[in-house]
Amino acid sequence: MEQGAGDGDELTPLHPNYVKAVRIGTLIFALPLVGAALVLEFADLLPRGAFLVPVLLLALYLIIRTPLRRYQARGYQMGADRLRVVRGLIFRSDTVVPFGRVQHIDVHQGPLERGYGLATLVLHTAGNHNASVSLPGLGHDDAMAMREDIRAHVKRETL
Amino acid sequence: MSEAAPPAAGEWRRTSPLSFAVRAITGLKNLIFPVAALLFGTNAVRGEAMWVFPAIAGMVLFSSLFTWIGWRHFRYRIGEDDIRVERGLFSRTARSVPYERIQDVSLEQAPVPRLFGMAEVKFETGAGGKDELKIGYVTEAEGTALRETVRARKSGDAAARGSVEAAPEAGSLTLFAMDTRRLLTFGLFEFSLVVFAVLGGAAQQFDFLLPFDIWDPDNWMRLVAGQGHWLRELGFAAQAIGATLALAALALVGLVTGVGRTVLRDYGFRLEETPKGLRRRRGLLTRTDVVMPVHRVQALQVTTGILRRRWGWHGLSVVSLAQDAKAGNHVVVPFARMEEIEPVVDVAGFDLPASDTEWRRPSARHRFDQAMLGAVPLGLAALAVPIVNSRFGQPLELPLLASAALLALAAFFAVREHFLWRRDRHAVDARHVFVRRGWLAPRLDIASRLKLQSVEISQGPLARRRGYADLKFGVAGGSLELGGIPLEDARAIRRAVLGSIASVDFSRLP
Repeated sequence: MEQGAGDGDELTPLHPNYVKAVRIGTLIFALPLVGAALVLEFADLLPRGAFLVPVLLLALYLIIRTPLRRYQARGYQMGADRLRVVRGLIFRSDTVVPFGRVQHIDVHQGPLERGYGLATLVLHTAGNHNASVSLPGLGHDDAMAMREDIRAHVKRETL
Repeated sequence: MSEAAPPAAGEWRRTSPLSFAVRAITGLKNLIFPVAALLFGTNAVRGEAMWVFPAIAGMVLFSSLFTWIGWRHFRYRIGEDDIRVERGLFSRTARSVPYERIQDVSLEQAPVPRLFGMAEVKFETGAGGKDELKIGYVTEAEGTALRETVRARKSGDAAARGSVEAAPEAGSLTLFAMDTRRLLTFGLFEFSLVVFAVLGGAAQQFDFLLPFDIWDPDNWMRLVAGQGHWLRELGFAAQAIGATLALAALALVGLVTGVGRTVLRDYGFRLEETPKGLRRRRGLLTRTDVVMPVHRVQALQVTTGILRRRWGWHGLSVVSLAQDAKAGNHVVVPFARMEEIEPVVDVAGFDLPASDTEWRRPSARHRFDQAMLGAVPLGLAALAVPIVNSRFGQPLELPLLASAALLALAAFFAVREHFLWRRDRHAVDARHVFVRRGWLAPRLDIASRLKLQSVEISQGPLARRRGYADLKFGVAGGSLELGGIPLEDARAIRRAVLGSIASVDFSRLP
């Protein structure tokens, strides 16, 4: 993987619970599809297993393998005056937001994230592109600490 | 209420009573359809006609009453540190806009208010454009006074922070103006066939008024068959002359539309440098008067067109915080030579690329990949058409023609990518990022390094394998993207630009 290559510094990985949270999320998404495959299976349209087997295999891959790879692909790097967010399995993107350009900061927690003690940090900038940069899968305390850091920086600059 | 006196602070004011008249008149056009329905719907024979005119009078009265209530319950106040507007009888809205959040103040005069010497004052707050604060209508003098008051308060606030430019020149300097000759030349280049689209749309809207159904192909077949029969007897020369005449008529319509639209929009175009910013006035029927504070300008765009470029004509627009992607909204120089654009760029606080600027090109691999992505599917399709066709045993002429067309299209894509590779370039100097993109009508984006908001390097699967990336900058009110540049270049530019961004805080931006 070419993470961190070129810019010298190592990326901080996300909280390990992120993998579990994404797995549960994918599971919830996959259940209706598996259900639909079951219905088609019992409708006897095609030979036994023609629907269920591929759908189950795909669902297992998406639930077990993809979240792990996604976790490995993501990362962030908290600098003295900037935050770098790296993400994407197939389409990779590597965004840097200087704290001096942050308009406001959100810490967001969905129900799943709350269950695993995770949070998403969202930085809002004035630019049309990347108007909000979000960094999911942080430990809730880390996210709060990062928010305080960034806010202190923004405040210091404006005062 | 004394009209021309500058509004005192902390006093609730109403808009001019004449604005009630203006609104009543502009409101009349909303009555056109109900009145038309009334006229068509009544039956004169049964003596219903005698009710029509009282009914129309009633509607006019009713609409005027609502206008009057609207006027009566609209008031505004120029306060110490904000503008407040209250309106509404049953559902009241009170809005307060702090002076620091006002980006632009503009005066707009549509035809009817202009007859009465009225103007609408608009305060742009950069909150997505839709929910702008509008005060309409006030007399021109009061509008100007209002604008000056707001600006004075704004710049007083800015002066306290020490960031206003030291430009005590009371007068304003004309940076660019268009005379009639320039306006007409510009109009010729604005050649447009949009009138046909409008006619088509109107025909669809009002097809119940037409004598036959224009969307029924049979009608057209009959029409053309008749004409065609008649045409066939004319012989080749006459047909050629006819076709030429038709094309000439089309061109004429296009030119007239272009000139007409341009004159309507840009008549009396004048750009001035004032202590408060760039002031632009233009318009024949609807005159607009916009001031763009120079320190709000985030980036510039130097544009041109396929044809006008051959004669050396260019345009200049500004990207500012208050803008929200409304095209043509912030054109500051619509049609000029580069020598005329240069001083405007200078006043806006930017530079055109110097002659010794070190330009870099996008990755050749990126262009090659793009050419392949465009050409290969088309080439395959060109091969597939005759093969599939021969299996069905059809005659060969038509599929060969289709194949040739597909191949020509594929070749065009490849050639285009080649030229894009030759023409596209970018450069970074001490203060700016320059990006030139486009083949036939290239556009030059000039962004200030300080005013960039974020930097992103993104790569698709192909880009990762082949070592190039897109570099995307966050620009307030616009976008700036360097597509397909070598990865090392993208990283180097990002490092350099981030250094200059992080050293200056957003609220201290010049």
